[in-house]
Amino acid sequence: MDKPLDLSFLLSGQYHDALVAGLVTTLELSGLVAVVALALGVLVAVMRLAPTAPLRWIAAAFIEVIRNTPLLVQLLFWYFGAPQLLPQRLLDWLYAGNFEFVAAFVGLALYTAAFVAEDIRSGIRAIPRTQMEAARACGMHFVQSMRLVILPQALRAMVPALTNQLLNLLKNSSLAMAIGVAELMYQTREIESYTFRSFESFAAATAIYLVLSILITIAAAGFERRSKPA
Amino acid sequence: MLEILRENWLYLLVGRYPEGPLGGLALTLVLASVSLALALPGGVLLALGRVSHRRWLRWPVSAFVFTVRGLPLIMVIFWAYFLVPIALGVAVPGYVTMIYALAFFTAAYLAEIIRAGIEAVPRGQIEAAHSLGLDRFHTTLRVVLPQALRNVIPSLVNQFVSLTKDTSLAFIVGINELTYAASQINNRTLNHPAEIFALVAVTYFLICYGLTAYSRYLERRLAWGHR
Repeated sequence: MDKPLDLSFLLSGQYHDALVAGLVTTLELSGLVAVVALALGVLVAVMRLAPTAPLRWIAAAFIEVIRNTPLLVQLLFWYFGAPQLLPQRLLDWLYAGNFEFVAAFVGLALYTAAFVAEDIRSGIRAIPRTQMEAARACGMHFVQSMRLVILPQALRAMVPALTNQLLNLLKNSSLAMAIGVAELMYQTREIESYTFRSFESFAAATAIYLVLSILITIAAAGFERRSKPA
Repeated sequence: MLEILRENWLYLLVGRYPEGPLGGLALTLVLASVSLALALPGGVLLALGRVSHRRWLRWPVSAFVFTVRGLPLIMVIFWAYFLVPIALGVAVPGYVTMIYALAFFTAAYLAEIIRAGIEAVPRGQIEAAHSLGLDRFHTTLRVVLPQALRNVIPSLVNQFVSLTKDTSLAFIVGINELTYAASQINNRTLNHPAEIFALVAVTYFLICYGLTAYSRYLERRLAWGHR
């Protein structure tokens, strides 16, 4: 280390580009997963409360299995294990593209969905039962009552919990480095091992994660204020 | 599947122990328990700092807790690999560094759990302790903390579940715990990755689901006491 704290190599040139590329991949992965996991989480939460028992069992089993195994092991399963179970033609197509990214996406989406589903379930349970009974009495079936009456009320109350899951997702996406997705953490380690400037590389990544966390927290607080019913 | 299990079960359980270093599931459990044992007092101290009336204590502690909670665990592990040798002045084995990283990370999360427990203790308890003549230190030690910690036992068990899952990140820095041992077997056998990683997932599931069920039981039992 020639100078004690020299960040210039991260502000321009190849290492800067690598860091930015990593940040973009982290944001792409987290953003895509957030959208899909929210939809999937709503689906699982509704299944968990459905009047049909087998649907409830499937949803409960999914949630318990996903939540009680490490995300990293799930990612390794999707990356190394799943190809063994897929047909060859699909595999050829996947390997031609960015298979690491797809495996990380699938693993993170399922993992996040299980946590989101539990938050949504408790949000739904906070809505008085009479709302559901009134909707059913008006002639709506279960899915209609959920979609038109329960979920619009429940989702608003769940903003803080869902924000927390988004923050977790941002942090969890760093595990994609283990299966070779070139996201922020992966690029940071690459830069560190090429330049031997551990402190500067880690400090930069730390600052980026913290700024993203703060931005998400601020945005969520603003959204919560605006969406509060008058 | 059965063949892989028959040939490798001992390696998955204890690594090369007793001829070589401890590994596999046993190391996973050692990493999780030792880190928790270190993180618990750390978490209590950080929680006390978070609710302290002294600003010079509250602000830096809050900043530390916020920073650690805002970072991915793998970032904390990389920092530990960089800082621990500098701080200690000697090279330490990888699993020791990993324990430091896990303990620091978990302490920050425990701090918020314990803080919630402290804030849930009714003010009247503190006032009663003061009027009995206990000073601030003894009020905290003998009145507030015992109640606060009792209330958060289920959350502590849940945090231990997270910690057990988090030990799998040792795979990334090449420590031979369960996940890494499994990937070694996968590299050796090559054609059964789905079975191997499913087996590892089932192993974690049994431990974590057992603990989760235990924490639900504790939650019910503690709720009973309040009725």
